[in-house]
Amino acid sequence: MSAPAPTLPAMIRPLAPVSWKTPIMLSVIGLLSLVFFGFAGSDQSATFGISTGGDVFTLPDLVVPGMATGIVLGLGMCVLAGYSIFLAREHRPTPGWVPMVFAALFIFAFLVWVVSGARTPQISLAGLIAGSVTLAVPLVFGSLSGVLCERAGVVNIAIEGQLLGGAFSAAIIASVTGSPMLGLLAAAVAGALVSVVLAIFSIKYVVNQIIVGVVLNVLVSGITGFLFTTVMQEDPELYNSPGRLPVIDIPGLSAIPIIGPILFRQSIVGYLMYIAVAAVWIGLFKTRWGLRVRAVGEHPKAADTLGIKVNTTRFVNVVLGGAIAGIGGSFFTLVAIDSFTKEISGGRGFIALAAVIFGRWNPIGAFFAALLFGFADNLQSILTIIGTPVPSQFMAMLPYVVTVFAVAGLVGKSRAPAADGEPYVKG
Amino acid sequence: MKLELQGISKAFGSFYANEDIDLVVEEGQIHCLLGENGAGKSTLMNVLYGLYEPTAGRILVDGKPVVFRGPGDAMAAGIGMVHQHFMLVPVFTVAENVALGAESTKAGGILDLEVTRKKIREISDKYGFDVDPDAIVEDLPVGVQQRVEIIKALVRNAEVLILDEPTAVLTPQETDELLDIMRQLKSNGTSIVFISHKLREVKAVSDVITVIRRGRVVGDAPPEAETTELASMMVGREVKLTMDKEPANPGEATFKVKNLSVISSTGQRVVDDLSFEIHRGEILAIAGVQGNGQTELTEAILGIQDRVTGSITLEGKELLGRSVKQVLGSGIGFVPEDRTVDGLVPEFTIAENLVLDLYDKAPFAKGISMRPAEVKKNAESRIAEFDVRTPSAENLASSLSGGNQQKVVMARELSRPLRLFIASQPTRGVDVGSIEFLHRRIVEERDGGTPVMIVSTELDEVMQLADRIAVLYKGRLIGIVGADTPRDVLGLMMAGVSPGEAEGSHQDNPDDMEGDFA
Repeated sequence: MSAPAPTLPAMIRPLAPVSWKTPIMLSVIGLLSLVFFGFAGSDQSATFGISTGGDVFTLPDLVVPGMATGIVLGLGMCVLAGYSIFLAREHRPTPGWVPMVFAALFIFAFLVWVVSGARTPQISLAGLIAGSVTLAVPLVFGSLSGVLCERAGVVNIAIEGQLLGGAFSAAIIASVTGSPMLGLLAAAVAGALVSVVLAIFSIKYVVNQIIVGVVLNVLVSGITGFLFTTVMQEDPELYNSPGRLPVIDIPGLSAIPIIGPILFRQSIVGYLMYIAVAAVWIGLFKTRWGLRVRAVGEHPKAADTLGIKVNTTRFVNVVLGGAIAGIGGSFFTLVAIDSFTKEISGGRGFIALAAVIFGRWNPIGAFFAALLFGFADNLQSILTIIGTPVPSQFMAMLPYVVTVFAVAGLVGKSRAPAADGEPYVKG
Repeated sequence: MKLELQGISKAFGSFYANEDIDLVVEEGQIHCLLGENGAGKSTLMNVLYGLYEPTAGRILVDGKPVVFRGPGDAMAAGIGMVHQHFMLVPVFTVAENVALGAESTKAGGILDLEVTRKKIREISDKYGFDVDPDAIVEDLPVGVQQRVEIIKALVRNAEVLILDEPTAVLTPQETDELLDIMRQLKSNGTSIVFISHKLREVKAVSDVITVIRRGRVVGDAPPEAETTELASMMVGREVKLTMDKEPANPGEATFKVKNLSVISSTGQRVVDDLSFEIHRGEILAIAGVQGNGQTELTEAILGIQDRVTGSITLEGKELLGRSVKQVLGSGIGFVPEDRTVDGLVPEFTIAENLVLDLYDKAPFAKGISMRPAEVKKNAESRIAEFDVRTPSAENLASSLSGGNQQKVVMARELSRPLRLFIASQPTRGVDVGSIEFLHRRIVEERDGGTPVMIVSTELDEVMQLADRIAVLYKGRLIGIVGADTPRDVLGLMMAGVSPGEAEGSHQDNPDDMEGDFA
């Protein structure tokens, strides 16, 4: 068997024309960065605080000159772009690390530029990262819901509705009972209920999943909005003052710079997020349950011929996903602020949906995608506060711009479960 | 294990796919179910496997009646099935696919694939399958995927193995290997229900043959029965399996393909530097296993592939870069490989389908309006000419059987003077009776002086129709050989062996199966 197959190299030919998309994109962005962040940069220095008050040891602040840093980073980007062009001329594709390093340089150059150009050229890096994680919490729960549903073959557009339903129930139940923990439970139940409707219509009655999802979002928004004005606003003391879930500080560990506050100074919802990401990942990829779920989402008929109940599996997953998204919704009313307002989820369910795709239907990928969106969201609010040269309206667009680019950049590259969105009818 | 079906009927609405079927599969036998496409073989096996509930009748295992509510019950009773369309999850590994539904787990439901891997290796060694448990299924050749399906059944201790049209997707060599595997399984005591419509294979491997026609058992036959006898049992009347055609009388080469390459949307070179010519009055058959560039080749000629280089000329005129309408207008008749998707609009009437490419030309159109009377007149004459079995031309195309649908497509494409006729899989899923008719029409077109290109994955069809045979493998032309080339040589060429080497190894193995069939 050791004889080499002579025809093999001839079969695997290099793809005809090498794509010039990446080199061109990198070059344009690199040059623009060099001009705007470098030569047109501010002569102030940017200060990045690394430690917060309670840390065990204090790291010095990072102070960098605005224009010089911009020029150096811009040149770095141009070098990477040049390397990519060189490879393309040699008919070789650009390796994956190039765009990643490029993106890191770009983000840093951008940060230095906006901060050094601000009225108060100083931000806390620790605060920026901790805030990103906090803002990412509902996104992570939402995207886990999406992953669970889509891995089983049901497209879940109703994440927004599940978040909103969770936020509302958490607020009202916690207010009435006086127990935020009961509110948390109610949020999970509310999310699951939204999912039950989605599951019944899309699985049992084979209604188009997208349409049911969109309708559910509108329905939940309508119901919560109505109850908000008719019930909550009538007596906010009784119905809309849930109180917050306490932040649980793990002594010692929480004092580690940067990662301490992220991992060990969270509310119970924050800790649940880490547990949920790990649990969904292990569940999907390491257990019997997960193997069956993925089979149902990829090739339901094959699963059926092996005695796996396709539609039951889907139903369970959709409801479970709803409960998880509901818990994410409680973040708005039990952690972030302690009251409900109309449309409090503000479209984050849709960003969570983008995180599902960006994270390639993998819970850990979705977690990091959600973090990226959380980062963009947090960055824009911090930058607005310190007074940047960019108008605040443009900064407010940042999370959505990131979403569009992240998802568009992945079109054709990431692969959804094969039976995603396709109802299974026997026979 | 002895398996009995007694009086099984299965109705879909008022239509009976199976009616009062009795069948006994003895232990350690290869029992063949022979029947045409649509005769009800697959329905019967789906009933047996618990996928459908029978309308009437009962199933007995070792003399005891059993009821299967789902495939799980059937598997528990020792029945395994290899479906015509594999029931494998493409993105899973072999081990994951085999484990699915019968997983070994450690504490807490954590998968233990090592147990499965061990079982796969055991079975793989025992039967010489050569299957890597950690390979991703979608990367495996079709023949190996089929073995994974067999392993799946064996791991579940199947004592009766149902193979539904297992050879449809295989090369001739892979088919012979499969027949060997079946004999091995049989000698180990596994009973096999072998579903097929290919007489050659059925005769080669079966112990008992049960012929099914229109949902009913026609009768049993021994494997020694004459092919013609089996064929007429299957079809219900005398059929001619070999067609007498005059030798070709080729004229000048009017259709020329030069250095044609096609890049797929995923960036692969699916047609690779192809050059050939077709003469007037000659049939060139393109042979090859499904998915070796045939589809892309025909689509490139028609003008529905984007990234094409090279040259395609018809009577000196370049076709590449022209619109589909211009290509058709230059006198090309095209029968696509999937009639229900590309050949017909199922929701249109037969009459409308018969003018799909002529609707805007006289006599069917005048100015901006169509002339229904002409469309109807045309439909009636085509229906009569091609013997399309339908109550009326106003019935929907979707109401026709596969064979009649194909006749409609063929009638449309042959209804105008042609300079080139291309037919992909002209008889796929068509009953034996219609095959005969369709083949005769193709030969008539050739005799009228048209260059004809036939793309078929059925070697029997290729050998019957072709004047010359071009074999494609991974998008490349392995060679063009005469129609009298032995089928084993063609089989080797379909696996990528060059014609010279294929001839050589054919001489070394004189004990090949004889190949006469339909």
